[in-house]
Amino acid sequence: MGPLGATISRLYGRRGWIALAACALILFVAFPLANLALPQGSLFHVSDYSVALIGKIMCYAIVALAMDLVWGYTGILSLGHGLFFALGGYAMGMYLMRMIGREGQYQSELPDFMVFLNWKEYPWYWSFTDHFWYAALLVVLVPGLLAFVFGFFAFRSRIKGVYFSIITQALTFAFMLLFFRNDTGFGGNNGFTDFKRILGFHIATAETRMALFVATGAVLLLTLLAARAIVASKLGRVLTAIRDAESRVMFCGYNPVHYKLFIWTVSAVICGIAGALYVPQVGIINPSEMSPANSIEIAIWVAVGGRGSLVGAILGAGLVNGAKSLLTVAFPEYWLFFLGLLFILVTLFLPQGVIGLLKPSRAKRT
Amino acid sequence: MFLKKIAQALGLAAFLCCTQAAWALPADLVLAVAAGDSDEQVAAVGKLVASGDAGVDAYFQALLEGVVQVAGGRRVLIVKDTQGIDAASGEKVDPLPADLEDAIVNNRLRGTLEGARSALKLSSPDRALRLAAVKSLEDGAREEMLPLIATALARETDPQIRQSLTLVQAGIQLKSADAALRLAAVKALAQSDNPNTKMLLLGRLEKKGEVYAEPDAAVRDAAQATLKAVQARLSTADRINQVFTGVSLGSILLLAALGLAITYGLMGVINMAHGELIMVGAYGTYLVQNLFRAQLPALFDWYLLAAVPAAFFASALVGILLERSVIRFLYGRPLETLLATWGISLILIQSVRTLYGAQNVQVENPVWMSGGVELMANVVFPWNRVLIIGFAAAVLLLVWFVLTRTRLGLFVRAVTQNRGMASCVGVPTARVDTLAFGLGSGIAGLAGCALSQIGNVGPDLGQTYIVDSFMVVVLGGVGQLAGTVYAALGLGMANKFLEAWSGAVLAKIAILAFIIVFIQKRPQGLFALKGRMADS
Amino acid sequence: MNAAAINDPDSFGGGAAAGARVLAPGIDVSHKTILYLEDISVSFDGFKALNKLSLDIDNGELRCIIGPNGAGKTTMMDVITGKTRPDSGSVFFGQTIDLAKLTEAEIAHAGIGRKFQKPTVFEQHSVFENLELAMKTDKRVRASLTARLDSAQHDRIADTLRLIHLAGVAGRDAGLLSHGQKQWLEIGMLLMQEPRVLLLDEPVAGMTDEETERTGELCRTLAGKHSVVVVEHDMDFVAGIANKVTVLHEGSVLAEGSMGEVQNDARVIEVYLGR
Repeated sequence: MGPLGATISRLYGRRGWIALAACALILFVAFPLANLALPQGSLFHVSDYSVALIGKIMCYAIVALAMDLVWGYTGILSLGHGLFFALGGYAMGMYLMRMIGREGQYQSELPDFMVFLNWKEYPWYWSFTDHFWYAALLVVLVPGLLAFVFGFFAFRSRIKGVYFSIITQALTFAFMLLFFRNDTGFGGNNGFTDFKRILGFHIATAETRMALFVATGAVLLLTLLAARAIVASKLGRVLTAIRDAESRVMFCGYNPVHYKLFIWTVSAVICGIAGALYVPQVGIINPSEMSPANSIEIAIWVAVGGRGSLVGAILGAGLVNGAKSLLTVAFPEYWLFFLGLLFILVTLFLPQGVIGLLKPSRAKRT
Repeated sequence: MFLKKIAQALGLAAFLCCTQAAWALPADLVLAVAAGDSDEQVAAVGKLVASGDAGVDAYFQALLEGVVQVAGGRRVLIVKDTQGIDAASGEKVDPLPADLEDAIVNNRLRGTLEGARSALKLSSPDRALRLAAVKSLEDGAREEMLPLIATALARETDPQIRQSLTLVQAGIQLKSADAALRLAAVKALAQSDNPNTKMLLLGRLEKKGEVYAEPDAAVRDAAQATLKAVQARLSTADRINQVFTGVSLGSILLLAALGLAITYGLMGVINMAHGELIMVGAYGTYLVQNLFRAQLPALFDWYLLAAVPAAFFASALVGILLERSVIRFLYGRPLETLLATWGISLILIQSVRTLYGAQNVQVENPVWMSGGVELMANVVFPWNRVLIIGFAAAVLLLVWFVLTRTRLGLFVRAVTQNRGMASCVGVPTARVDTLAFGLGSGIAGLAGCALSQIGNVGPDLGQTYIVDSFMVVVLGGVGQLAGTVYAALGLGMANKFLEAWSGAVLAKIAILAFIIVFIQKRPQGLFALKGRMADS
Repeated sequence: MNAAAINDPDSFGGGAAAGARVLAPGIDVSHKTILYLEDISVSFDGFKALNKLSLDIDNGELRCIIGPNGAGKTTMMDVITGKTRPDSGSVFFGQTIDLAKLTEAEIAHAGIGRKFQKPTVFEQHSVFENLELAMKTDKRVRASLTARLDSAQHDRIADTLRLIHLAGVAGRDAGLLSHGQKQWLEIGMLLMQEPRVLLLDEPVAGMTDEETERTGELCRTLAGKHSVVVVEHDMDFVAGIANKVTVLHEGSVLAEGSMGEVQNDARVIEVYLGR
């Protein structure tokens, strides 16, 4: 086996790879066919609604993977991951706003909210956002840089545990307030919406939506493999060791700050990418994405699926959000009861999450 | 608030007057106000005021309320609920004439009438009414009222009202044609602490091209000196206001954080539902208020006396329930506690929504809490704020007392420091945990009761305070009551001072940024524990 | 922010991590002494945990440190490993390295390994992985991401497993080991770092007699190649292995010498019997 073969076999066994291939087949072939090629009445037709929903949930699953890396594997509970997600979304949103062109209500070069504020030109931080690749760069850089700077100071001061969680919550809260202001230049309360096109394609057509869906699926699978590569490496073992006995890791000669900073930044970048995929699919981004409640919900996806298990994180995101879209339609007043109970019951009775239930004999190690 | 109540009372009195007794106003003036051209109207108002008749105020009020009608272009009637009164004589008119037209009250007349009504009150026998009237005149008196004010000043004996009247008079005289009068007016204004005076003086000092608004150099110099004095007084007032609102916000933060200082600071339980326990206290107050309104309306003003303990026990009960059912299984697992208590908070929010609706509910201040202490023209300490500062101090004292002077406090501290040892020497640790958590929750309830008196009470009440109160505890240092106090007051002050400087949202962001940076420097908070205990 | 913070090149991917670059490989032991503590004082809120403590450890020696509770034994270890900064005094590793200027990770990397009172191993990792994580190698983030064990490293882990009597349970989760086995694993982890100095804090606490005996044997094997400092309450164990014993009392050295000398020292008897 060459080095590539070694890497492949290290990530997943034969059955794992087959399962992955099956997923890829479903996402990249079956779904597009069932949505686009089959007629509406057909038994196997997948509605646009389902495509949109599953696309959205896949974005959440990517976030859940990011959260699992820092919380499940490294023991850092972030209550601010919604911020990184939203920042990625806003970066993509800036590009999408520029692509509206003169089709806004005021038929101006500027987005409607800027016209409304009586602004005459784009503020400096909007420069070049009409180039897709620059916006894509921002999607990675902004959350990554913020996470790096914040993490650098926080980890260096040995802020950990609940303290860290609370500070991340304050961080996302502060940003939410900032983005609520009209003067910040990101549309205030309403955020960005009414997008028209992306990369020249009309954003609402079935084909564009399917392309976004497939792209999201691809990013999800790639993220899974990347995350798997991280946790299966020695670096992954160091991260888990930091989670279990940080001071011991230090006495082994590792600098936990660097490791935490690495995984924290990687996690934030993944969140940003997920946000960037999310915004064109749901067609809106506003500051409420940064609310502390949103961020803490991410933790429950991971907890439900199973901390310290990548597949578990994806599963959790799917289960909770699937239940959410069902319940908020059928019994809107009961959704919060359900979510609240989920928080309590999972922490009390299901520390290993659903994955722990599925494989009761599973060793504690991954 | 206060003024409005007086106005209502007066209106009522006037109406009673006009249904019982008659009066005699010059009919031509009455008609001129209701149907003349603009200048005639204003002139007629001035003359009516000078007449000093009891019916004038009722007539003016009716005009402002838009219930004055003119019959056949001659007779002026006040028509309320199909009851007609002749505005000039005050006699009943029954039946109403057929050819009625609404009297038109334009903005100029409206302003004149409002000023005139204030001026009329200057001759009221009630000191409070006169004071209120002169205060409202300080904000904008019209030239036409000058004779009236002069009369009032001649008659007035109360020194405070006299001073105010002098200021009002000076404000009007500033525009006099007589330079000596203007100079006297400018000098008199040096006693003023009203922001409007500053605007008036600045207006006089304005320079249009090469021409000053004030032609006389001596008056200009005096105006400069007066302006300086007024500005100094105003900035003092501003500072006092800022300190007061800062302390007020600080006391609110303190109330919200004190319970947390026990449950998180001492017990190490990270309770994300703390804000919702505050909300429970606020809703408890709301229920007690409703109970009093329905059952004991006579004692309604004192419902808070019952609401304070009710809010405490309601929240304490919920807290004890939580501790027994969820939290006690999670001791030593802070991150899990955080998530589970967040779940609890969601359930509490939704329960309240289901029970009382998603809208805010009305919690009324008792009458004695309305109004405030006025120190200067624009330095008013509202009673409810003052009371909350006092209440926060009282709760702080209570917590301090319980923690340092009672057996429960001793046990709590023992369990915090060494659970195993405390248990060995016979401290019932589980019960201490429950009681301590109940105490912390109950104090959250007290905070809710206090908050219901100054802000909205709704299902999301707790969410507004949770981040802030955690910041207070984190900044103050875990397990440190003194730290919590300093942090709460410090944050309150900093917030208000920054707010004046940069606006509310940016102030809040700056504070959060500061805390994040501060924690980098001193992760243990303001009052850090040292030694081997610190990082275990 | 202080100057050290600004100079700290904490870029995890690029520049060298602090731990890996601070020290030249050689420790200057030209004066036979590997660890110097001089006039160390530490106080916590007025309580003097160490009071002008001075102590030298020779290269390759096996030293036992005893003393009643609160004598400052653990605090002394904390000072050496950088967990606690001394209020005054100096700590030198060899002739040249000032330990007071290094972080905990840097000190560990420089060659001082510490075993805690309570055994801390990575409970969710296997015994083998525990040793792998501890092995002396490039411990920067990027190196860890791509690290693979070569055969020499495999052999080293296998050797250590035999030395600490855990070869049979290499694949077991460390959390499932017995208390004594965890202690050995921790010593094994220290050895993987190829330390010059081994600090063992109560290595036989809670061990069975047989385990204690094996541990003593292990300590004697290690001396010579490493300098071993053992802090212990168990007098029989100390008497069995020690060449030289130091008695601490109230934060400073009360007596020093062979076990026999120390046991007959009047002050030592008073301190131990006077309790």
